[in-house]
Amino acid sequence: MADFLHNLLFGIYPYIALAVLALGSIIRFDREPYSWRSGSSQLLRRKQLMVGSVLFHVGVLFIFVGHLVGLLTPIALFDALGISHGAKQLLAIVAGGIAGVAAIIGASLLIHRRFFDPRVRAASNFSDNAIILILWVQLALGLATIPLSAGHLDGHEMVKFMTWAQSIFTFRSGAASHIADVHIIFKLHLFLGLTIFLLFPFTRLVHMLSAPVRYLWRSGYQIVRSRRSLSHG
Amino acid sequence: MKIRAQIGKVLNLDKCIGCHTCSVTCKNVWTSREGMEYAWFNNVETKPGIGYPKDWENQKRWNGGWVRTAGGSIRPKMGGKWRMLAKIFANPDLPEIDDYYEPFTFDYAHLQKAGESKAFPTARPRSLISGQRMEKIEWGPNWEEILGGEFAKRSEDYNFEGVQKEIYGQFENTFMMYLPRLCEHCLNPTCVAACPSGAIYKREEDGIVLIDQEACRGWRMCVSGCPYKKIYYNWKTGKSEKCIFCYPRIEAGQPTVCSETCVGRIRYLGVMLYDADRIEEAASAENVEDLYQAQLDIFLDPHDPAVIEQARKDGVPEAWLEAARRSPVWKMAMEWKVAFPLHPEYRTLPMVWYVPPLSPINAAASAGQISVNNNMPDVRSLRIPLKYLANLLTAGDEEPVALCLERMLAMRGYMRSKSIEGVHNEGIAEAVGLTGAQIEEMYKVMALADYEDRFVIPTGHREDAEDMFEERGSCGFSFGNGCSGGSNETNLFGAPPARKKLQTPSEVF
Repeated sequence: MADFLHNLLFGIYPYIALAVLALGSIIRFDREPYSWRSGSSQLLRRKQLMVGSVLFHVGVLFIFVGHLVGLLTPIALFDALGISHGAKQLLAIVAGGIAGVAAIIGASLLIHRRFFDPRVRAASNFSDNAIILILWVQLALGLATIPLSAGHLDGHEMVKFMTWAQSIFTFRSGAASHIADVHIIFKLHLFLGLTIFLLFPFTRLVHMLSAPVRYLWRSGYQIVRSRRSLSHG
Repeated sequence: MKIRAQIGKVLNLDKCIGCHTCSVTCKNVWTSREGMEYAWFNNVETKPGIGYPKDWENQKRWNGGWVRTAGGSIRPKMGGKWRMLAKIFANPDLPEIDDYYEPFTFDYAHLQKAGESKAFPTARPRSLISGQRMEKIEWGPNWEEILGGEFAKRSEDYNFEGVQKEIYGQFENTFMMYLPRLCEHCLNPTCVAACPSGAIYKREEDGIVLIDQEACRGWRMCVSGCPYKKIYYNWKTGKSEKCIFCYPRIEAGQPTVCSETCVGRIRYLGVMLYDADRIEEAASAENVEDLYQAQLDIFLDPHDPAVIEQARKDGVPEAWLEAARRSPVWKMAMEWKVAFPLHPEYRTLPMVWYVPPLSPINAAASAGQISVNNNMPDVRSLRIPLKYLANLLTAGDEEPVALCLERMLAMRGYMRSKSIEGVHNEGIAEAVGLTGAQIEEMYKVMALADYEDRFVIPTGHREDAEDMFEERGSCGFSFGNGCSGGSNETNLFGAPPARKKLQTPSEVF
């Protein structure tokens, strides 16, 4: 039973979560473009947001990219570059730890503001409230893994997660078995992470997909739209 | 040369009585919705004053508009593109809602429900955002109405730059004027430039600046970018909104709601042709005092055959060229030079222009020291300081404003002479560089201001319009995604959104 549950959560659930993430986002973008926004509440209350939001966003972005690169870069590439597993583990702990602390301080400020500022509270809906709490718990779980990782600085535990993630993305069977014996904190962190993917299209998190990097290479500053060109060709 | 046409606007402040009909009709039509209670696409401020939102003209604080770099090019004052994106998580240049005002309602029901008591029941204010009691209302869209509040605060007004303002705090020297404000539908809008999503755009056909509500992601850079603070962030939908120049009415050849309902008949709408290729050049003029002339220079004479020919090539419809020739905006801005852009120093090349107001001759001058030219008082002895108007309309250059005021005084003198003495006094007209015939036309357009003289609006073109047949049976003009109301009614978990629970005072007692 425990094996079945483990396989369900870490072998099958990832595919469900990622499928909902992809399809849900596409459907929402297509059907509900009016609801697709960052949902900023800075206008209502500037206090706590100026520091909180910057710490949170910069921290989370750093961690996100770190996880992406750290988990999905083929292990062979690290070996070829001569980066030892231990060095990579140490880098993940230090860099991830600093970013994680910044992010959780930011998230705490944002949570306080969202739940205790009357204006922001009144303008929040259930998903706004839920997602910031979930992200806080996820950050806390992530930070809680640091002491565990510090216990095996050779990086062999980290390799398990890399193998798992790469097996999921390359559709290998038995992906879940790679992480069968890791600590419960890691499992909770993974499960909640997948759940965030699942919830992604139903929350304000979709604004991530609209990160306006294209602005940087938009030619010039002005935009003119013409209906004439549509009808006259 | 690339010729584009725009529906421009002129407001004759000399006739504005500050009745707020424009603001109220606009509000009723466009912004009487949750999330937009605090937003006034059109508002009327009493000047001198710091206005709405507070201190909006102080770009040292808000960083709106453009700056000219040492290299001679322009960039938004907020910063270039990297700098703009760096502000995306928390925008230091964004006003808080208290800079506008916290929207409120009153506990009207308490007046009916209150039990018997010694004191008369009152309807106290309550926030429309949080639903909580507000003990004191601190600010509003029109807080300084008719010089409300102490002079010390109102004199923070940016337009007092270079004016010895202390004496205007004294009762006998005080002055005031009204300033109705709406989106300027600029030729070089900073909101468009600042929008990271590219959701804001200028329409080629009529120059109206709009926000694509489906592409807006609520990064709120436009609110800061606009130096007139005429973009409003809807805190309910998370999208920015702005004056849409009543484009559904303009397309049908009707004036905007604010113009249509103006009881003082101060608003004029007309077509202006301009050279789109020279916008950047005009906006980059070296000295801010030159920006007014630079903008005049890119307007094109609709009577010039070469302009007409090029305009046809660039796809400007014939009806628009005809309207441009009869445009009251062209007459006031270009022929008579009595209309000016609002704060040209922001380098946005605004397209809502203003005729400065005349004012009574101030006390010192009427005590015998008045200088009189050709039976007309010197405009420098008028009660509203010339420098103040110049700071508002020509980036501080007093000469064009002085000539305008002289021409308006000349119009009065000429018409008085004509109707009372029965004399066509060409001398008055010549003294201000006009002809009697021009003054009579000025009088017809600016003083009589008949409907057909104020509004010369060509209709949109059938072949340019969208095919409305496909819209049949749909939900028509609405917010949200057509028939789907966006995320306003339920959240995506299907639960109703957090409702504001209004408590009545009788429940609290």
